[in-house]
Amino acid sequence: MGELLRPFEFEFFRDGLIVATFAGALCGLVGVYVVLKGMSYIGHGLSHAIFGGFAASALLGVNFVLGAGAWGLASALMINGVTRRRLIGADAAIGVITTASFALGLALFALFGRRGQSFDAALFGSILGVGTEDVVAIVAVTALVALVVFFGYRQLLFTTFDPEVAEASGVRTARVDAVLMLLLAVSILATMQVLGVTLIAATLVIPATIARMLTSSFSRMLLLATGIGAVTGFVGMNLSYHLDVQSGPTIVLVGATLFALVFTVTGTHGLRRASGLHDLAATARHVTTP
Amino acid sequence: MNDLVRLERVTCAYGRVPVLVNIDLTITPRQFSGIVGPSGSGKSTLLRVLLGTMEPLAGSVNRRQGLRVGYVPQVESINWSFPVTVSECVLMARTSGRILPWRSKAERAEVGAVLGRLGIEHLAGRHIRDLSGGQQQRVFIARALLGQPELLLFDEPTSGVDVRTRHQVLHLLDDLHRDGLAIVLTTHDLNGMAAHLPHLVCLNTEVLGQGAPRDVLVADVLERTYGAKLEILEHAGMPIVLDDYVPTDGNIARIRKAGA
Repeated sequence: MGELLRPFEFEFFRDGLIVATFAGALCGLVGVYVVLKGMSYIGHGLSHAIFGGFAASALLGVNFVLGAGAWGLASALMINGVTRRRLIGADAAIGVITTASFALGLALFALFGRRGQSFDAALFGSILGVGTEDVVAIVAVTALVALVVFFGYRQLLFTTFDPEVAEASGVRTARVDAVLMLLLAVSILATMQVLGVTLIAATLVIPATIARMLTSSFSRMLLLATGIGAVTGFVGMNLSYHLDVQSGPTIVLVGATLFALVFTVTGTHGLRRASGLHDLAATARHVTTP
Repeated sequence: MNDLVRLERVTCAYGRVPVLVNIDLTITPRQFSGIVGPSGSGKSTLLRVLLGTMEPLAGSVNRRQGLRVGYVPQVESINWSFPVTVSECVLMARTSGRILPWRSKAERAEVGAVLGRLGIEHLAGRHIRDLSGGQQQRVFIARALLGQPELLLFDEPTSGVDVRTRHQVLHLLDDLHRDGLAIVLTTHDLNGMAAHLPHLVCLNTEVLGQGAPRDVLVADVLERTYGAKLEILEHAGMPIVLDDYVPTDGNIARIRKAGA
């Protein structure tokens, strides 16, 4: 027992644990919309796009949050615009925009060396270097997203389920979609340090999919996915310390284990509920190919 | 303006492909119309223009000020895996009215009343997929009705449903029409649905005929609409459209419904 509690003596671990728990909850909450709108590829791509901004801001000595944040928001709005216009296949457009941004980040690091924030931490997540400002940032972003989801609950639900009728009913679906993309970008930015860009998509998708297997109510799915995300973040971070494995992979593996458990318990009934969530398989493919 | 919606020389296109050309159509209060035509003839696009989610390339769309329009989508377009219960789905019609996520007492009563009117009050807590075809149709009709529409647009109400459900939907629409609602629906089903409606519009990119079924379901109009010769029979005063019949030994060997 003493061994289990030992890491709590270290401030960096306590900070990392808070960040991981909030990051899990945040990704779980946003992930519900990502999964139900079939946006998991966007989530995956956006996290890679932000990596380009991360590299550029590290090299230019610009504040990471401002640099990568501006880059991420611009990428999110660009992806949203491309997706809504449907001039070319959304997957193809997102693939070009986000992969080019990721490649730019890798090229910048190769040309000018690695400076500032850890390269490996950005890719795979780490609690080393997590400070009080990161705790404040993740708590603030989680509170902001929770407030937007709370007060925009009805518009987000209608737009996610039936955008055409929502538009006809007076809901400004373009604005709602843009807000959702911005929430996704901000969430990825806030959780990148702990989860890593290559694994964020999984933390967006897994809690929401587990929640879907457990409930057929949208409001309950939101609450469950948030709770499941928080638990996987908390447990994953503890395991990360004890197993000496990066935080991103352990959090994802805890989520995957929980998924297997719920799948075993709910069986085909749960699977039938989640049958429309085909993005899980796509995301699983993407996270293996950073 | 007394008319609910008036389209004048409306033209719509997806990219460079025209879907509707020079459409003149007027929807009046208490009108009950069916739009018929082959696949790709622009029926759903015309509904979108009436709904206001599709802007025409040319022509004008005049809606009565403050017109409330309800829309019931095709069942095939619904994501049945989406986690919503019947009451959550119906309550979407109240999206613009209240900022808090949970239902107010008044909303709870309104949802209960509209579900009760359609005979599905006991299904309020069920997931939308766990319902029969007719019950699923009623959920989306309930959502449209909760917005207290003056005009109800219904895209393919009998697509993929059995005969019993088709009869139920037809009777339900008839009741709603008697209550004062204007209804415009699209359908492929000439005999099971269209022939029972008071007014039809034959559409194939342009309006090729409109009026009572007896005046519209005639060989000439149907040939121009479907691009094929169709045989019309009459049974109990109603037209019955036959398609692709091949007499063999004096018997009709093969009959299928037009557009099916």
